[in-house]
Amino acid sequence: MDFASAQVIGAGLAAIGVGAAAVGVGNVFGSFLESALRNPAAADSQQGRLFIGFAAAELLGLIAFAVAMIILYAR
Amino acid sequence: MAAKIDPMHQFTVEPLVPLHIGKYDISFTTSSLWLLVALAVIFGFMALGMRRELVPGRWQVAVEGITGFVDDMVRVNIGPEGKKYVPYIFSLFMFILVSNLLGLLPLGVIPGLHSFTTTSHFSITGVLAILSFSIVLIVGFWRHKLHFFSLFVPHGTPAVMVPLIAAIEFISFMVRPFSLGLRLFVAMIAGHILMEVFGSFIVSGLNGGPVGIGVGVLSFLFIVGVAALELLVCAIQAYVFALLTTLYLNDAINLH
Repeated sequence: MDFASAQVIGAGLAAIGVGAAAVGVGNVFGSFLESALRNPAAADSQQGRLFIGFAAAELLGLIAFAVAMIILYAR
Repeated sequence: MAAKIDPMHQFTVEPLVPLHIGKYDISFTTSSLWLLVALAVIFGFMALGMRRELVPGRWQVAVEGITGFVDDMVRVNIGPEGKKYVPYIFSLFMFILVSNLLGLLPLGVIPGLHSFTTTSHFSITGVLAILSFSIVLIVGFWRHKLHFFSLFVPHGTPAVMVPLIAAIEFISFMVRPFSLGLRLFVAMIAGHILMEVFGSFIVSGLNGGPVGIGVGVLSFLFIVGVAALELLVCAIQAYVFALLTTLYLNDAINLH
């Protein structure tokens, strides 16, 4: 296998992490909605924490994307 | 023959007015131009809404909505002592929001013009992150002196666990500026690459026979949805950056 094809396959494998982050972000919002419907009165006060969880889950997906880009454009 | 897709080309910084002092290149670039445009937009937006009319017009309501939003966020997360930091958080929020949105403007339809996302460069977001991080450090050491280091040991930690917890907390503290800058920069770059790639799918699809036209139409529908999502991401990233800065400031002011 030459370098260019290995590079493209590697970038594709690294992009799996982005899908994993999608699961994480969905989990964050899904759990929030589930508990917000059980106790709507407490939902508004937890919005900050919702976005902290979102930011943490999203960051890991973005790092996976950055790794994929670094592999794809490395020489 | 499909053209080679080069999704990274849109991020190149082109010098508009070349300027060199000694070995340093301080040219006026597209990036500088769009930073100035962002400044002008924010200034215009604020100036039109700060006329303090007794019965607020639409514009004033928009400005008051954003200031009220940032003020609320700081008050909820820091408390009454956070009032001093509202101007900084507000500038951060407005700057990131406006530069993100400016980068999405469809100016490419006018030949010779194209918009540039200043926040898609780590040199910009990194500086913003370092600014926030230095403010946290300065405020922390100013208010608590060396007691600030107790940030690394949460209340009620068993004595055996202290070295381990302190090491973990220290690492998570030092990673903050990187995660802050990296998140905004990568979110912007990812969105723009996605739009560029699917945009070129439309063009090469429409040139590619009956099946290609199907692909082109599907890509077009997809890109409309992605553009809407990107507007949401612009606002969320600005909000998250401002929110995380507030929380880090809260750590420095109230020490856990």
